Amino acid sequence: MATVTQHPLELVDRIGGTVDAVGATERAASLAKRSIKKDSKMWALDLALRCCDLTTLEGSDTPGKIRQLASKAIRPAPGDPSIPSVAALCIYPRLVPVAAEALRGSGVHLASVATSFPSGQVPLEMRLEEIRRAVADGADEIDIVISRGAFLAGDESAIYEEVAESVEAAGDAHVKTILETGELGSYDRIRRASLIAMTAGSHFIKTSTGKIGESATLPSALVMAEAIRDFAEFTGQMVGLKVAGGIRASKDAIRYLVIVHETLGDEWLDPDRFRIGASSVVNDLLMQIDFLRSGRYSDPDRYTLD
Amino acid sequence: MPERVDVRKTYKLFLGGDFPRSESGRSYEVMDSKGDWLANASRASRKDLRDAVKVARSAWSKWAGATAYNRGQVLYRIAEMMETRRAELVAEVAGAEGKRGASKQVDEAIDTWVWYAGLADKLTQIMGGLNPVAGPYFNLTAPEPTGVCGIVAPETPSLGGLVGRIAPALCGGNVVIALASEPHPLPAVALAECLATSDLPKGVVNILTGHTAELTPWLASHGDVDALDVTGVGAEQLADAERAGADNVKRVIKGSGARSPYEATAFMEMKTVWHPKGA
Amino acid sequence: MAKWEYAPAPESTDIVDIKDTYGLFIDGRFVEPASGEYFKTINPGTEEVLAAIPVAGQEDIDRAVDAARTAFEKWSALPGSQRAKYIFRIARMVQERARELAVLESMNGGKPIKESRDVDVPLVAAHFFYYAGWADKLAYAFPGRRAEPIGVCAQIIPWNFPLLMLAWKIAPALAGGNTVVLKPAETTPLTALLFAEICEQAELPEGVVNIVTGAGATGQTLVRHPDVDKVAFTGSTEVGKEIQRAVAGTNKKLTLELGGKAANIIFDDAPLDQAVEGIVNGIFFNQGHVCCAGSRLLVQETIAERLIAKLKRRLGTLRLGDPLDKNTDIGAINSRDQLERIRSLVGIGVEEGAELYQPACEIPDRGFFYPPTVFTGVSQSHRIAQEEIFGPVLSVMTFRTPAEAVTKANNTPFGLSAGVWTEKGSRILWMADRLQAGVVWANTFNRFDPTSPFGGYKESGFGREGGRHGLEAYVRLAEVR
Repeated sequence: MATVTQHPLELVDRIGGTVDAVGATERAASLAKRSIKKDSKMWALDLALRCCDLTTLEGSDTPGKIRQLASKAIRPAPGDPSIPSVAALCIYPRLVPVAAEALRGSGVHLASVATSFPSGQVPLEMRLEEIRRAVADGADEIDIVISRGAFLAGDESAIYEEVAESVEAAGDAHVKTILETGELGSYDRIRRASLIAMTAGSHFIKTSTGKIGESATLPSALVMAEAIRDFAEFTGQMVGLKVAGGIRASKDAIRYLVIVHETLGDEWLDPDRFRIGASSVVNDLLMQIDFLRSGRYSDPDRYTLD
Repeated sequence: MPERVDVRKTYKLFLGGDFPRSESGRSYEVMDSKGDWLANASRASRKDLRDAVKVARSAWSKWAGATAYNRGQVLYRIAEMMETRRAELVAEVAGAEGKRGASKQVDEAIDTWVWYAGLADKLTQIMGGLNPVAGPYFNLTAPEPTGVCGIVAPETPSLGGLVGRIAPALCGGNVVIALASEPHPLPAVALAECLATSDLPKGVVNILTGHTAELTPWLASHGDVDALDVTGVGAEQLADAERAGADNVKRVIKGSGARSPYEATAFMEMKTVWHPKGA
Repeated sequence: MAKWEYAPAPESTDIVDIKDTYGLFIDGRFVEPASGEYFKTINPGTEEVLAAIPVAGQEDIDRAVDAARTAFEKWSALPGSQRAKYIFRIARMVQERARELAVLESMNGGKPIKESRDVDVPLVAAHFFYYAGWADKLAYAFPGRRAEPIGVCAQIIPWNFPLLMLAWKIAPALAGGNTVVLKPAETTPLTALLFAEICEQAELPEGVVNIVTGAGATGQTLVRHPDVDKVAFTGSTEVGKEIQRAVAGTNKKLTLELGGKAANIIFDDAPLDQAVEGIVNGIFFNQGHVCCAGSRLLVQETIAERLIAKLKRRLGTLRLGDPLDKNTDIGAINSRDQLERIRSLVGIGVEEGAELYQPACEIPDRGFFYPPTVFTGVSQSHRIAQEEIFGPVLSVMTFRTPAEAVTKANNTPFGLSAGVWTEKGSRILWMADRLQAGVVWANTFNRFDPTSPFGGYKESGFGREGGRHGLEAYVRLAEVR
């Protein structure tokens, strides 16, 4: 992954820009109609799988559950070596040591949410400590949340500072900054938050926690992708995009790939620059791959439920 | 006591708010209803017409940009000016067309201005509207003035016919070059004098007297005239005038004689504006 | 395997059944032309011949107008509520046969299937549905007036939106109680003839809709027919003027929807990414074969460089090719003649010193195709800034102030449409007041709806299509006493 540097907050105003909600929605809808077939579809399904952050973020998560999921992350289809591992396992900090052990040597990244996920409503020092602890326990990716309350109250420098300090606290681990787009109220705000998060040094910007009603949507991903592209134009830095929440079907995953491809280009079609935060979509991707190979629809019970 | 010699009026053109004679220096004889000589009227040339279009065009943006309320007040002021000069107007109409019906014609002409004065700020509400398009868009249609309108007034009624065509054109924000009734041009000149003393900006209405058949082809073919009102164009000239108008896709208008918002919008374009609705 | 590619996703043509030879649709039947003459219609995406189409001559036009005249008596006397039901039927049948109509439209006209499928055909159905409802509500349409049918309508439509223009013409005509003789464009007759089949299936009374095919001469004969009461034309300004001359001195009611050279104005505070989409949609929609296309891009100088860079980048993602491929953004140019015209005007642009940009894109071996083209460094005095190219060619100019933008935008004999992009609401309204155009799209472009009146200022024509205002073109307004 590329090293990311921080920029002064003024860069956000230099890049600037606004979003017309209807225009963005229509563009996203028109991209959703792109038709992918045959070889390209197989490639897209394989890519989507490689870009997955297999996620469990439940109060009921246990070491056993984490070990099972780690195994699924490494080998989504046991017995089929052609099926790649997913990009990462994404969990709560307390279980990071268990996951680190289970993933050791697999090449699958270990992502931990931190900073009082999902609300972020605890003092910054505690949030930073949570990051340091997760990294110390073995996480190499940290999914942080921004303080939406501060952002909506107009305190942009607070957001910039907390992201910048989080990136610093994470050290070598990469930081994915969750904007929680469903709480920001407008595409203009989503764009603005994206630019602040990137300016502060995020390696990825991420749509959602998956813990509120509205998760990733095609237009919000489009708006973030456009912000990433503009940021790259100004800085030369290629920040990643992670979409999360509510992505259950292969066709949804492919629609996001289309948006990334058309907006950011092929260079972003890589697990280093694009992630899908999900759990159930993995099995649907496997089913679609089987369908393409065999020409027959499959039975959900053939795919492991972990 | 010696009899006082009366001071006669020179009947001139109305052009850019001024009253010039024709640049050609020509005039023609105007007869009364009994066929006796009444006066000499200016016989406008094609150059006068060209000048009229020029001043009308330059007056357009201000008049079109005035508020509808303001235009309504100016139109009402015209009625006021005509009312104060009612006797003179009646005398002119009576001289031209005979006493019978003269005062009624003047009354109706004045009332026509009042009618359109009251329409100016209703026109958009009556003729425009909001369109419920199938999508997240605000969509509105409203009438806007076409621009420079050439009006060939009918020969009779000499005053009412002219007012009946100018008033709806002005109501919607157009500017006008009118060719007055050829045989009865004097009431039109009297009208021009009323217009000059109302609050109508210079150049918004220009009235030419002269030989209609001579001027109509120039009006019809002028590239900077947007609409042609053929109400007074003779049957023998109508097809040629309309054909000439096609060179710049002129709107060809024929008045019905009634006071109506449709008479006003005949001189107007419908503009539709779209805008997305999004937060 | 490390690259994203959209594999061809062609729409199947199995659904359409193209006959070898068509007849004229007169008085409810397909008949052979009295002239005995036929011409070939082709697929501009492949140059394959699709069918033989009859040429309607004087005798055929006489028959068609007579049929329409005879049908008018009963049709105009039918209660509006009953007329409405026929028009509703048509709307529903267009929806039922949507796929077939869309595929045929793309085969015969060259437009991308995603446009014929998602824009043209749905709008056609919507248009009939909208005007159907007016048929028995005419008393409410024009306050103080009684809307009466005009009679026989001669309607001549262009090749850029064959079926949609047919709907714009026929739907309000039928709602108003008129009967119709319609001539589709020479290069795109097939969907109109398929529409004739729909009229048959809908059991529309014979002679209410007649479809006559042919080229310019057929159109002239139709327009000049003495028993025609109303002429409606959509097409070039040049032909529009000829038609206006032809009907001069007659009592025929006339509406014209002609050419354009719309300015699409981008202010520095515009939502740039959506503006880029609007620019693309404005000029590359339907290969730029759109009278209201945003063919002149006026960009505020402060953002010109950034916007043009974004636009060029976006051009690189446009997919040109098989009109029937669902992923195609830019389909085939409608005809060889049109392709030659585009090439010639682009050549003139280069000669005049404008800077040409075309993204690298593969042009199919067969068929008529032209790459998306952007000219920068264009002046008002360049021909590519003045003349309607009617192709995927954008001329970019810059401006400094709102007043300059208005002056440049209005500096054309046309006045069909305009686009304004800015986040400042009061500026939009200020601009909208001053732009001499029948349709102003603010922060969007090329949107159409049956409820929304469409039509031009100045040499872009007169009369409106769509909405209540579009109905006025197909009625005579009698005073209520």
